[in-house]
Amino acid sequence: MTDPNGAPEKSLQTEHLSAWYGTHCAVQDVSMRFAPGAITALIGPSGCGKSTLLRCLNRMHEIIPGTRVEGEVRLDGQNLYDPGVDPTAMRQRIGMVFQRPNPFPTMSILENVLAGVKLTNQTRNRAKLAEIAEQSLRKAALWNEVKDILNRSGASLSGGQQQRLCIARALAVEPEVLLLDEPASALDPISTMKIEDLMRELKGNYTFIIVTHNMQQAARVSDYTGFMLAEEGQPGLMIEFDTSSKMFTTPKDKRTEDYITGRFG
Amino acid sequence: MPLQLRQAWNTVMLSVAWLCAGVAAALLALIVMHVIQRGAPALNAQFFTQVPTPPGIPGGGVANAIVGSVEIIAMTSLLAVPIGVMAGIYLALLGKGRLANAVRFLSDVLTGVPSIAIGVFAYTIVVVPQKHFSANAAAVALAVIMLPIVVRTTEEAVRLVNPAIREGALALGINAWKAIVLVTLPSARAGIVTGALLGVARVAGESAPLLFTAFGSQYWSINPNGPTSALPLIVFQYANSPYKDWQQLAWGGALTLIALVFILNITARVLFPARVAR
Amino acid sequence: MAVMAQPRVRRSSGAWGDRIVLGAFTAAAWLVLLAVIALFLVLAHAALPALNVLIPSLTSQTWDPSNGKFGLLSFVYGTVVTSAIGLVLAGPIGIGAALLLAEIAPRKLANPVAMLIELLAAVPSIVFGIWGLFVLAPVMRNYIEPALAHSLGFLPFFQGYFYGVGLLTAGVLLAIMILPTITAITRDIFDAVPRDQREAMLALGSTKWEMLTRAVIPYARSGIVGALVLALGRSLGEAMAVVMVIGNKPTVSLSLFAPGYSLASVLANEFTEANGQQYVAVLIGIGSLLFILSMIINILARLLVRSVRMQRARRV
Repeated sequence: MTDPNGAPEKSLQTEHLSAWYGTHCAVQDVSMRFAPGAITALIGPSGCGKSTLLRCLNRMHEIIPGTRVEGEVRLDGQNLYDPGVDPTAMRQRIGMVFQRPNPFPTMSILENVLAGVKLTNQTRNRAKLAEIAEQSLRKAALWNEVKDILNRSGASLSGGQQQRLCIARALAVEPEVLLLDEPASALDPISTMKIEDLMRELKGNYTFIIVTHNMQQAARVSDYTGFMLAEEGQPGLMIEFDTSSKMFTTPKDKRTEDYITGRFG
Repeated sequence: MPLQLRQAWNTVMLSVAWLCAGVAAALLALIVMHVIQRGAPALNAQFFTQVPTPPGIPGGGVANAIVGSVEIIAMTSLLAVPIGVMAGIYLALLGKGRLANAVRFLSDVLTGVPSIAIGVFAYTIVVVPQKHFSANAAAVALAVIMLPIVVRTTEEAVRLVNPAIREGALALGINAWKAIVLVTLPSARAGIVTGALLGVARVAGESAPLLFTAFGSQYWSINPNGPTSALPLIVFQYANSPYKDWQQLAWGGALTLIALVFILNITARVLFPARVAR
Repeated sequence: MAVMAQPRVRRSSGAWGDRIVLGAFTAAAWLVLLAVIALFLVLAHAALPALNVLIPSLTSQTWDPSNGKFGLLSFVYGTVVTSAIGLVLAGPIGIGAALLLAEIAPRKLANPVAMLIELLAAVPSIVFGIWGLFVLAPVMRNYIEPALAHSLGFLPFFQGYFYGVGLLTAGVLLAIMILPTITAITRDIFDAVPRDQREAMLALGSTKWEMLTRAVIPYARSGIVGALVLALGRSLGEAMAVVMVIGNKPTVSLSLFAPGYSLASVLANEFTEANGQQYVAVLIGIGSLLFILSMIINILARLLVRSVRMQRARRV
């Protein structure tokens, strides 16, 4: 399946990507292109493989023992699963935000934001680091709420704030792509809205790929949507991929239509 | 730090971690090997059947110590196992309040008390009033050490039994105590036996509490009311002696102890693979 | 294995069998409680007569019981120094081994190796003692202590004559004895660190070691301290192994090669030969001291270990 249009440079795409947990195939033969600077949503019922697909994009799937990936994931033309590619370096180009906020509780808010930066950045210049942190926190729409409490523990914030802290942390290393795995599913509606707003603000400079259970959210916030489905005992497949406006008004596949209208899932 | 350097450091430190685990495992192998090397020559028929002879005179053994150890451990188990099992059942099935919490907490704390202090305790309450050393006093000391192990393992074993089978029995009109003793306990059998085995493994090798309770003896000492020899004691006493043949007996004793403890531990693990609370 | 929630058993109406049997279970629980309380009371009470001798004696080095001199300083010093050496040696190695078992090695290898290390914990102290006396001490005297004197002899700790038995050897033996404890508990602690902490750090582009040192270990730090404190508790009370290799000389010496004495070893060595009420009372007092110290340390350690699990529960 391919998508409508998009410039070839600075793009993320998959080619015949399949992923296994042991002998169980969770994702089968997905080929797609994520438009740069856009927000792409992955939707589908539980167990369809959307989170697995997401985790293949930044090579986090292989961290679990017994897993296997086949196929290619290309960032700007380069296959990330090439034997010569070091996953640690590449994960700073494709960042990730997880379903449940996971700030580091033993670090302060400031240290949390800089956690990824400090891995590669040599600078000891406190002012420079503080500036990087402030930029990221502003992008994550969190700066005003935490600017006076930067030394407090990262775990002392509310759930919605913690998640925005995690977003700031991921943005601080200047990735090209940001992967979000159901980022708002554990949050209240207002926090959810704040996260959707910041995605819209930032999208020109980043490519967002968001896995979500919430169809209204996908319809609200994304430019493109991919629908995945795993029938009983079968691997997960990408059923349909289109611009969100078309997908949610005139889906091409009956299964997509059934899911969108709430007949299952 | 440039990526290559970070990856190199990563490899180095992960190797260091491998080394640490290797050292820990190797230490065990080393010690066991040495004990076998030096203890095996001592293990002949006389070792198990004769009492010690004066230094320089061949043909001695540690039979009295073995008998003494068996006697003391039997008495200890008689004290600790019934009480421990019953208390463990209480914790698992009957107690939800302060008594249960207190017993659990203190049980755990008790495992950390130095065994020599427990020896002093038994000295004070048994040896002093009786005015002589005895296997009874040793059994009291060792029972205190064994108790927490039996209690906690029994509690865990009983907790693992599916409550549905007991509730089924109760629904049929069976008394509560019968439901526990006749239905739940048999299912928890393996775990309870494991607790007893682990407890025995722990106290079989203890020497400090025996120093001022059983005290040791050169002769056959089967009277529980008098000083009694025991295997850990003779290892201590003979290792510290200046006589080569007595030192040889000590090594033999050490090998016997280690073999016993390992067999008990491994049997316990096979019977009850669930990890025992530390 | 799943531990079932066991509903509280209720007494069937009127049955005398219930009253007896369930009552017996309850009585057993009380007995355990009372045993520990009795332990505490008896030891405390027995130590009372010696208290007015013990407290001032903590600063005196002179241990001459036949002349009424009960200076405990050398024992306290020896206990502290040997335990410190034990912790310094066993701490890093134990934590490194735990990291390997919990985080680095594949499960199939980790479990048997963990079992081997736990078997080390089951070895009786007296076996460590005899091994220490006949195997470790000669190695220390012939190889390790000369090497230390040669390379680090400018430090006062590594000066002086080496006998093989002494503070350093006792410290090394203690290290070997507490290593499995540290490894086992720390491994459990690492297992309690939530998976998403590790994933968060990896997703930021860290190497495995960076993830361990920046995400896992900080999260687990109070538990690790707890494991070390627990190991400290074990080494404080260790008598039989230490008494075989420490030299049993009531002196305070800066040189680690020199013989010394510890609280537990003087008890093991001199109790049965103690003559005189006060002598025995002082030794019993030392027993009480060891008991109280171990209780405090144990409680502290368990609170620390527990706090890691609490931390996990407190999160969003």
